[in-house]
Amino acid sequence: MGEASIRAVDDVSLEVPAGEFLALLGSSGSGKSTLLNLLAGLDRPTSGTIVAAGRNLAELSSTELARYRRETVGMVFQSFNLLPRMTLEENVELPLRLAEVDRGERAARVREALEHVRLSQRMGHRPSELSGGEQQRTAIARALVNRPKILLADEPTGNLDSATGEVILTLLREVQNHLGMTIVMVTHERPLAERFADRLATMGDGKLLATVAARAAGESAAFEDSAEVKR
Amino acid sequence: MKLRDMTELAVRNLREAILRNSLTTLGVAVGVASLVAMLSLGVGLQQLATSRLSKSGLFDSIFVTPKTNLRGPGAGPPATRAAAPKARPLDEAARGEFQRLPDVIEVYPQIRFFTEVRFDGKPFATMVAGMPDSSKSSGSFDGMQGRFFSSGNADEAILQAEFAKELNPQTAALVGKDLVLRYAERQALWPDGSDEGGGFSVVPKERHLRIIGVVETEPASGFGGFGSGRLLIPLAVAETLRAAQVNDLRDVLRDGGGDKPAYASLTVRVKSASLVEATEAKIKAMGFGAFSLLDASKSLRIFFSVFDLLLGIFGSLALAVATLGIINTLVMAILERRREIGVLKALGAADRDVKELFFVEAGVMGLAGGVFGVLFGWLIGRSLTLGTNLYLKRQDLPGVEISAVPWWLVAGAIGFAVLVSLAAGLYPASRAAKLNPVDALRYE
Repeated sequence: MGEASIRAVDDVSLEVPAGEFLALLGSSGSGKSTLLNLLAGLDRPTSGTIVAAGRNLAELSSTELARYRRETVGMVFQSFNLLPRMTLEENVELPLRLAEVDRGERAARVREALEHVRLSQRMGHRPSELSGGEQQRTAIARALVNRPKILLADEPTGNLDSATGEVILTLLREVQNHLGMTIVMVTHERPLAERFADRLATMGDGKLLATVAARAAGESAAFEDSAEVKR
Repeated sequence: MKLRDMTELAVRNLREAILRNSLTTLGVAVGVASLVAMLSLGVGLQQLATSRLSKSGLFDSIFVTPKTNLRGPGAGPPATRAAAPKARPLDEAARGEFQRLPDVIEVYPQIRFFTEVRFDGKPFATMVAGMPDSSKSSGSFDGMQGRFFSSGNADEAILQAEFAKELNPQTAALVGKDLVLRYAERQALWPDGSDEGGGFSVVPKERHLRIIGVVETEPASGFGGFGSGRLLIPLAVAETLRAAQVNDLRDVLRDGGGDKPAYASLTVRVKSASLVEATEAKIKAMGFGAFSLLDASKSLRIFFSVFDLLLGIFGSLALAVATLGIINTLVMAILERRREIGVLKALGAADRDVKELFFVEAGVMGLAGGVFGVLFGWLIGRSLTLGTNLYLKRQDLPGVEISAVPWWLVAGAIGFAVLVSLAAGLYPASRAAKLNPVDALRYE
């Protein structure tokens, strides 16, 4: 890492309506992960605004940002990021602890979240005793347990085989439908994104290249490919 | 995050790297242990010294003499002597006055006289000394053969070991036997009390006493004694004897004491050593000579303060090393747990939460280290005492308590350990809190 500043995300204007499942596509280094981190309140933009749930994230203090991450968004990562020394139950409980939810209520909500991802039978296990798909399902349960409005997923299928990846995306779709969540998912697996997302946004070189409805996304494949060749 | 959740997480984190964290905690414990052991030794020795000294009656006693006795002949030119406050006789009235002073426990005279004892038909010359009741607790009668006087005016005698051997080499066989005390009683020349000429007659008398014990040495009975007593009898008994004492003749010559027996000296015991100074001043103001060993005990206290300070400094050095251990462990933990910190932040942990988590971890290590350290320190003190007592036993000396862990030392040591650990956690905690979550999550 150098001191030189890089414009990871530049001049992107994107609106995601509530309840939409948006897939952010692009090759590595296209700025899609940075955009997701900005949406998650993990990073701050040097300029511009990010309005989520009525608040401009660029103007929040770090404590307010932490609160936003705690209450408004849930995150799912490529490498699951479960804490290895904790059981599934404890991993899922973590956001509730941070949000200072009462102990009595916590147990019920953890169970509910794990039932959503069909892992309530394995609450006492540690992540290392689970398959990759199960670990990712646990991570989704953890992301859901605080009942956030927005679910952000950073390459959720990147570490999984394609069959398991489908299971995960089916689950995300189900969550979106059942709980009415907004989902923004970063991925570079275009075919999966086309099948499960409502809309695809393609990024390249820090810029938003195109947004298309998923059912029509296939038609713009040639355009996207040419964009990649240009880079 | 709530403190309980925070503590749970912290303990869980500490358990995870159990070896490293145990070693760090052990480092704190060793530091605290050396601190506690050294201070307990200091405190114990101080307690030992003060209890021995206060038991001996030297530091809570004031030795009162008539002014004239203290000055003695030729103490300064006659002019200054005349200016001195009028000397009062140290008599029964004065004794009563002392007894009524606040904080005074007891007032007793020094009664010692040289006389003859008949035992088994044979005469022995010896020094008789009267023992006040309080001498029982002086420590000199601990581990004696036989027992202490059954009451303050029992016709009983305790023999000093050397003297007992003269009577019978098998000293144990003496206990329960009788002896006859032959002494010279002082009687006024004029029974009607018209004490014109002064002086007194001396009448031989006898008193039967039962031997009830043998003791190694006479308890230190302060000043004014003429050699140590070898036949000890209750003070009240000694007083009823009205035996002629060494000072009597001198008193007669000096102020014509006559019938009223004046004391050569009185010992005034007060409740505690701290009250000695005030009482001593009052007695002096009443026109008597007074003397105490207070100054000696004052310098003793100064010595122990310095002693404690030095021991504390060495103990603190050990704790300082332990502090470095804590800092090192926590900084290492940050490197190792970057990813976890990133996850926590992504899940909504504020900087403060992360900081507090590391802080609590440091505090828990400090608390555990403190508790174990106090335990170790106490054990070290115990074993030092044990070793010392083993040595003393070999020398045929009674055991002593050389280390003491008072509650303030326990609380202080644990509190200090926690405080030092928290201070050690300050830098790592703020470093962890400042970690950028995006960087931390990228860290593999």
